Amino acid sequence: MISVDKVSKFYGRSAAVEGLDFTIEEGECIGFLGLNGAGKTTTLRLLSCLSLPTSGRITIGGFDAEESPHEIRKLIGYLPDTPPLYPEMRVAEFLRFAGQLRRMSRGEVAKRLPEVLERAGLVEVQDQTIETLSHGYKQRVGIAQAIIHRPALLILDEPIQGLDPVQIIEMRELIRGLRGEHTILLSSHILSEVERTCDRLLMLREGRIVGMGSEEELLSQLSARASADKGARVSHLVKVEVRGAEDAVRAALAIDGLEIVELTASRGVTFAQVRAAEDPRGAIARRVVEADLELLTLARTSSSLEDAFVQMSGEDA
Amino acid sequence: MRNIGLLVMRELGGYLRRPSGYYIAAVLLLLDGLLFNAFAIGDERQVSSEVLRIFFYFGGAVTMIGGVLFSMRLLAEERAAGTDVLLFTSPIREGEIVVGKYLATLLFMSLVTLCSLYLPALILLNGKVSGGHIAAGYIGMILLGATTLALGALASSLTKNPFLAVVLTGAIVVLLELCYPLSQTVDPPFRELLGYLALHTSHFTPFQNGLVQLSDLVFFGGVIYFSLLAATKVLESQRWR
Repeated sequence: MISVDKVSKFYGRSAAVEGLDFTIEEGECIGFLGLNGAGKTTTLRLLSCLSLPTSGRITIGGFDAEESPHEIRKLIGYLPDTPPLYPEMRVAEFLRFAGQLRRMSRGEVAKRLPEVLERAGLVEVQDQTIETLSHGYKQRVGIAQAIIHRPALLILDEPIQGLDPVQIIEMRELIRGLRGEHTILLSSHILSEVERTCDRLLMLREGRIVGMGSEEELLSQLSARASADKGARVSHLVKVEVRGAEDAVRAALAIDGLEIVELTASRGVTFAQVRAAEDPRGAIARRVVEADLELLTLARTSSSLEDAFVQMSGEDA
Repeated sequence: MRNIGLLVMRELGGYLRRPSGYYIAAVLLLLDGLLFNAFAIGDERQVSSEVLRIFFYFGGAVTMIGGVLFSMRLLAEERAAGTDVLLFTSPIREGEIVVGKYLATLLFMSLVTLCSLYLPALILLNGKVSGGHIAAGYIGMILLGATTLALGALASSLTKNPFLAVVLTGAIVVLLELCYPLSQTVDPPFRELLGYLALHTSHFTPFQNGLVQLSDLVFFGGVIYFSLLAATKVLESQRWR
């Protein structure tokens, strides 16, 4: 679906992105992760043909971004970090306009509109002018305009930016619901969102890819780095909940390469958070059972990948 | 054509629903009325065609001011609001965007210009003027406005700040108009060349007198075409930046 071949983009002498090289298959949901200024938006702008690479080649759906941007635009739906909305238009009217702009006939738009309004949760506000909507609803209208023409490729730049927790959950559900229908590229600096929504992650730092793959693969990559560099922090963060005394649990967790980050006990249950270079869950389970303790919880915390993210984003290249 | 039509309808809707278009229209019509009262009618008795000529003289200038003010609502405002992204990621060509937005603004501006028709009607009620003179004057005013607006589209494509677009357009128009007095101070062939560039003085005067000349139509048409073409090229070049 997408092939990015040694792509760089310079603004003057400064490189916004450099040496990007990856492919994305049809139907995948890819998360672009990186701190602010890492090059996420530049990458998405390149993929949506809003700007051209200084060097390298991008092909989408078999079309070259430099030679056939018009053909590529037929394939994409794009939501930038600020939704491109005309405040004086009504929601349904705006979506009709967006659909017709993407080559849909009036009939096609009329048929598709109720489905999009329903999916984006906009039925109740369809007759309201956009300027009267809350930020969350505006973001929904932004997504609705991006999907109304059933694009093969959906590009969402920071779709949850500025949303409150309830809106974030709703937006997450909305995006999840779109998987399978589109190839989705999603950028965020909030790792937990990308982690929960995407099949594969692509980590950017200072315009370069520092990690790419599934959550497991990224953790493995980081483990490999940690092994190569003994000074590096370990990457797997696991929480353990065991029914038993604190000392007994501490003894059970005395495993080579395992660092106990936190250990607290309350009402006969000991809670621990541990770190290790390799996934320690198997070893922990065995040791706890061997110690005749009752294992209540053994799970990797969401911050495992966060750990990887921080390290990959912050370490020296 | 379909995309252009779509953009024209949306833009016109924007003008009719947002107050900015009405504010500009009010200012232009107020200026028309005040200038008509102060200069065209005046204190002295004049023949009707002279009153009409003076009305068109000032009406042309007001339309130019309108073109300058409306230029902010062309491409710069779209970029400032971030809505240009919707257009530039849709299968629509840059030329269609420029022409669509330009035509919508021109239509709205022409409607505002035609709202001043009550002034020539007043002359018609109290004197004798030809319909041809009125038609020629309005064709001239709309062409003058269209040309200013096309220059505004070019200026507007160069910046994302609507206010700067207005200043740039105003500067271009004033500069072109200043070419006429400047031309009087130099020798041929520069005299003709500089004089030819003045939008109002050189090319609107015949319309003001009730005369539609092909050479003026070609001049206005040429400036409009090349300004819109340049604006399109500026938009296309954005992808490289």
